[in-house]
Amino acid sequence: MRPVFRLLSNELIERIIGEARDILCHLGVEIHNDNVLSMLSDHGAKVDFGKKLVLFTPDIIDKTLEAAPDSVELFDVMGNHTHELRDHNVYFTPGSAAINILDPRSGEIRKPSTADYVEYAKLMSGLDNIASQSTAFIPADVPEKISDSYRLFLSLLYCEKPVVTGAFTINAFNVMKDLQLAVRGSAEALREKPLTVFSCCPTAPLKWSDVTSQNLVDCAKHFIPVEYISMPLSGFMAPVTLVGSMVQHTAETLSGVVLSQLTQPGTPVIYGGSPAAFDIRYETTPMGAVETQMIDCGNNEIGKYLNLPTQAYIALSDAKLLDAQAGLETSMGATLAALSGINSISGPGMLDFESCQSLEKLVVDNEICGMVLRLIRGIEPKEDFPAMPIFKELLKEKHLLIANHTRKYLHDEHYFPGAVIDRANSSRWKEEGSLTIGDRAKKEIERLLEAWKPTELPDDVLTEMTVLMKKEAAKFGMDSLPHEDL
Amino acid sequence: MELLKQISFNLQNGFDEAVAELTKEAVEKQIPPDEIMNNGLIAGMNIVGEKFKNHEIFLPDVLLAARAMNRAMEVLKPLLIKDGIPVRGKVVIGSVKDDLHDIGKNLVAILLKGAGFEVIDLGNDVPAEKFISVAAEENAHVIGMSALLTTTMPVMKKVVDMAKDEGLYGKVKIMVGGAPVSKEFAKEIGADAYSYDGANAVETIESFFREDS
Repeated sequence: MRPVFRLLSNELIERIIGEARDILCHLGVEIHNDNVLSMLSDHGAKVDFGKKLVLFTPDIIDKTLEAAPDSVELFDVMGNHTHELRDHNVYFTPGSAAINILDPRSGEIRKPSTADYVEYAKLMSGLDNIASQSTAFIPADVPEKISDSYRLFLSLLYCEKPVVTGAFTINAFNVMKDLQLAVRGSAEALREKPLTVFSCCPTAPLKWSDVTSQNLVDCAKHFIPVEYISMPLSGFMAPVTLVGSMVQHTAETLSGVVLSQLTQPGTPVIYGGSPAAFDIRYETTPMGAVETQMIDCGNNEIGKYLNLPTQAYIALSDAKLLDAQAGLETSMGATLAALSGINSISGPGMLDFESCQSLEKLVVDNEICGMVLRLIRGIEPKEDFPAMPIFKELLKEKHLLIANHTRKYLHDEHYFPGAVIDRANSSRWKEEGSLTIGDRAKKEIERLLEAWKPTELPDDVLTEMTVLMKKEAAKFGMDSLPHEDL
Repeated sequence: MELLKQISFNLQNGFDEAVAELTKEAVEKQIPPDEIMNNGLIAGMNIVGEKFKNHEIFLPDVLLAARAMNRAMEVLKPLLIKDGIPVRGKVVIGSVKDDLHDIGKNLVAILLKGAGFEVIDLGNDVPAEKFISVAAEENAHVIGMSALLTTTMPVMKKVVDMAKDEGLYGKVKIMVGGAPVSKEFAKEIGADAYSYDGANAVETIESFFREDS
């Protein structure tokens, strides 16, 4: 039996959705983009162009929810199927868009470079329990205007996993789409086999900026999956109660569904989010707070109730280093998320309120993910009944180490974590250098970087991608790209 | 040479039937038995040991390789003895007196057999005198003792002391293991070595033979 954890009754979910719909129809949403407002107006929404305010109708909400698909599939760079985001399927993806990294060699918290990004993408290739990559941090050695497209370019070049990403500007979307077209070969092929998910964030409370609303529309036009990342902050930019925060999250996310589905009925969308409790003592947004994680799981139940694939920023920590807090917050979040059935669980590698990525933490989190993925496979009998034959064998042979039953089910029943998790007896641990988890993670990083193999994308595709990226970089005064010198 | 590589390959994959057949074939083709043992079986077992240590394969894989090794040794052993070639080494092993815990000791015995050693398993609750008398009678190369209880650890020292009295000390290597036992304890009582687990015990004993040769 697949274990499932629930926080909300259907009655409460229906009430939350009902209240959110009332807010959308009576208080409305601000959208700072006239093209989007016109489009909404054309579909019968009541628009105040002066105030940039739109009031939806129940019809529009029903129609767009009806049009939204109940699953999102993803395919890797080589075109292999990797994700089916639906039901209680669970996949992990690293926390995205950090501004800092924790240097695995010096221990310094600093701005990341292209070289760091390339290492990250190579490392991600070897972390088996994290099914997609994200554009995890922002290389600071290229102009900001290309930092979004360049990180996607680097990801596609150095790791074959599908990419969770996002555009920082309206213009950047084009090259980010063109890079994907280069990989797939045509618009039809890209629609058939989505390669990326674009995160699009409304602004709390109840607002879409020019850029993010346009990104939604542009993604929809090309059938590129989007995840809505609503971020209510309980007690600050949202009601203090968990239910109140979920009402706001539901309203903001539904407004995103409306924008996408009116633009292109049937375009893939994910009911995502990065809500947070607000810690008024420190004026921070703790991602590792249990209340944050409860809101995430509640939102997931609402998304499932609406038959949409779900996502949340939940398996991450607010610690600054790879310490016990990093492990406990990430483990708790990952466990709850998987038990709740959040389809795309974001967070691994992330520290410091989504602002610092760590390769060491990614390696450790990969093991958290491995254990959690085992957990949700639950307990099932496997040739265990009748029980007598195996016990007869045990009593006769004195052990079952090489029994057929053992050989058949050893790897299926038991997840064996990598070297980063210490399971040696204490003598062996001492013999092998009394290493801490940080030491072991550093060794594992070097091992995985050593084992990395270049992409098998054909040369003409790589050339096309490079031409596209260079053209984009040239617009901002760069005639060479930093990765070429690595 | 190709045949010995095949033996090694099949052994690594635990195909005991194939290893036995190929070993017979090698004997028929007049390949010297010690060459079959060293360049086929032990070569394969060394790769298995290395992979096991690096967590590339797990205990069941080692044991399956060990089973294949044993099948081949059934074919080779009479020939080796006839040629006066010593078998790989003889280990007398047991859990010490008053200690009824033998899971760790059994695992060590299984792995040693797999690595081609001859193992005389005295079981559990073994008095010091028994270790000494059997080691002397059997011309054993190694005495291996295991303890889980701190209360039974003094038996290990008694064995070392008796080995000294009987003139075995230095000729027979004495090694100890078990949860409460440590490298420091081994040194303190005058044992030759301590191993922290089964695979480590095999490595340690192999290192004794390298020292000798």
